[in-house]
Amino acid sequence: MLGVARRRLGSGTVLGQLMQTLRPAAAARTYSAAAKEITMREALNSALDEEMSADPSVFLMGEEVGEYQGAYKISKGLLDKYGPDRVLDTPITEAGFTGIGVGAAYHGLRPIVEFMTFNFSMQAIDHIINSAAKSNYMSAGQISVPIVFRGPNGAAAGVGAQHSQCYAAWYAHVPGLKVLTPYSAEDARGLLKAAIRDPDPVVFLENELLYGESFPVSAEALDSSFCLPIGKAKIERQGKDVTITAFSKMVGYALQAADILAKEGISAEVINLRSIRPLDRAAINASVRKTNRLVTVEEGFPQHGVGAEICMAVVEDSFEYLDAPVERIAGADVPMPYAANLERMAVPQVEDIVRAAKRACYRAVPMAATA
Amino acid sequence: MAAASFTAAKFLAPVAARSGGDRAPPLPAIGAASARPRRGAQQTRLRTALAVSSDVLAGNKAAQAAAGEPVVTREEALEVYEDMVLGRVFEDMCAQMYYRGKMFGFVHLYNGQEAVSTGFIKLLNQADCVVSTYRDHVHALSKGVPARSVMAELFGKATGCCRGQGGSMHMFSAPHNLLGGFAFIGEGIPVATGAAFAAKYRHEVLKQSSPDGLDVTLAFFGDGTCNNGQFFECLNMAQLWKLPIVFVVENNLWAIGMSHLRATSDPEIYKKGPAFGMPGVHVDGMDVLKVREVAKEAIERARRGEGPTLVECETYRFRGHSLADPDELRKPDEKSHYAARDPITALKKYIIEYNLATESELKSIEKKIDDIVEEAVEFADASPHPPRSQLLENVFADPKGFGIGPDGKYRCEDPKFTQGTAQV
Repeated sequence: MLGVARRRLGSGTVLGQLMQTLRPAAAARTYSAAAKEITMREALNSALDEEMSADPSVFLMGEEVGEYQGAYKISKGLLDKYGPDRVLDTPITEAGFTGIGVGAAYHGLRPIVEFMTFNFSMQAIDHIINSAAKSNYMSAGQISVPIVFRGPNGAAAGVGAQHSQCYAAWYAHVPGLKVLTPYSAEDARGLLKAAIRDPDPVVFLENELLYGESFPVSAEALDSSFCLPIGKAKIERQGKDVTITAFSKMVGYALQAADILAKEGISAEVINLRSIRPLDRAAINASVRKTNRLVTVEEGFPQHGVGAEICMAVVEDSFEYLDAPVERIAGADVPMPYAANLERMAVPQVEDIVRAAKRACYRAVPMAATA
Repeated sequence: MAAASFTAAKFLAPVAARSGGDRAPPLPAIGAASARPRRGAQQTRLRTALAVSSDVLAGNKAAQAAAGEPVVTREEALEVYEDMVLGRVFEDMCAQMYYRGKMFGFVHLYNGQEAVSTGFIKLLNQADCVVSTYRDHVHALSKGVPARSVMAELFGKATGCCRGQGGSMHMFSAPHNLLGGFAFIGEGIPVATGAAFAAKYRHEVLKQSSPDGLDVTLAFFGDGTCNNGQFFECLNMAQLWKLPIVFVVENNLWAIGMSHLRATSDPEIYKKGPAFGMPGVHVDGMDVLKVREVAKEAIERARRGEGPTLVECETYRFRGHSLADPDELRKPDEKSHYAARDPITALKKYIIEYNLATESELKSIEKKIDDIVEEAVEFADASPHPPRSQLLENVFADPKGFGIGPDGKYRCEDPKFTQGTAQV
């Protein structure tokens, strides 16, 4: 059944309607185990499809998005459906076509610029920051830039140093950008739709290894008007002993770590950040005030990373509530190595998160004193 | 050495000689010196470098006698004259204000290049777009942004066209379709290409057509930019997708202190157009009427949907790169050569010779402009600084950054939207 649904995705039927016809008649609106599962890839594809269908000024441009059906098949079927005027295969000219997207956004269209990976966005970063992020401010509100920059971010499997960097901290540093990091299919649908409708530039950081993963989605999430708020995190799992914040792929790892910790009597609260900028400081602080301990998890390099910002956000607002120093789990401070065993060591694993959570729970004195 | 002084020559047939003028840069022997074989090769590609002739302002009496009729009407001539004088007087006033401390930061003046801005921009409609660089004051004025808005912006006042948040290098005006004002070299070119893309998209996909044709975008940039990667990327894509854009190179021979000839392997920029399949035109940028003739054709081409054109305007800036530039590297004889070709003086002479207006009418235009610029300064002086609350405004178009809800309105406007913590 789901196979049929997947095959039909590109040919014009709204995913939501299709899923509804497949639901058993008895289950009107339950969130039980009968909930459908879709992959992140399908979620993104359906979100693109629906938004392009709803608003003719939305168009997609990037390398291989058209005839190749997307380097990672995210834009599968869109060329056939919307034609080459709206799904543009670009030459290999990141700076050029990103700037073209920004200029089109200045002038009333809603472009979606796909980077084959966000590493390539560095060739276009001048446009993302200087002509997209800063324009609404520089023009005092005259020129808003409703553009979405999307693509896979972070480490994949064995792709080496130049294809594995996480750019969340880089882009989240800049005022004027919104930076979103979906984890589940529901996140992907809701946040991408929100991003496309948004009047401001959005950097949408996906993850290549999540594209094929299936997630349960509610019927509400499959509706074509569904979208999630920006700047709001999601509590994936409630707990009372330690807060673990994560985004993108690391949310899955954090949830696995929480399962392991639960067996050892530690109840971890897992926050899926969803939005790195604006960061949901309120949610993080409320959680820390409840649990009194914090572990931040991210895949990127540790220095000046997202975890450092979260730690400071908590120190500023909830210092007295902390019972232990904030633990930061990040990727190793090295360019990503190629060898599989080294790569495994360079990226956080579930055991690292478990260890950090335990340290946060059992340590009575600051780390420096034990050195 | 004498600065480059190309004289435009009309190509009646694809193989043509360039008449007159010194061939200025010492091109390598292998290159354009024996250009004919190369041009022959080009001719078979059906794309030739064109150049437009108009010896009218060259002081060539024979050509003048042959020409007889002025190439512009009286109204056009006066409009063009007024615009150039506005640009010149405004920039001179900027220099004054800078040295008095009213203006600060980086200020790049346009003195000497007025013919390019006026020649092109005065042919545009309101819906056409202009994208510029940091040397953008006069582009803004030509496009119709009021002098007082530009001056107030330069003073950093709340009444400026960007409420004081942009500054000299970031002039934006949505009502006038002035899309910036960019500090980075080459940054405006892709943005302009994108605006042209939007114009074409609106026409073809959204089916919003205008009886005039496509809205045209002009990208202004300098000689130094023509060595930048983004420039080539956009030449490629603009021609590939036949976008309604004109790439206007204001070749003033100097990128701060770097001479164009020291930085560029082949200094003839217009030739880079045909390499990408579009016409490349060279024109004397100190002659506003020649520029206008070329601009007309390029803009009409774009409007009809025939695609982009690369226009290289040979021009010169009378002042340094910016007001902080001591301008020591440019030779005095080069400066005086171009000062003698001042576009405003030349146009004035033309107008008088062809009896399009009297000396006193021109003087009254100059007086009018003086008054406008003085009033602009007074207005800017009297305007308030931005209030402190303005610091955090306009970062996002979205008031609180929470995005847009399913109903199409901003989430923060929805009273039921919780300001509290996350959903589970």
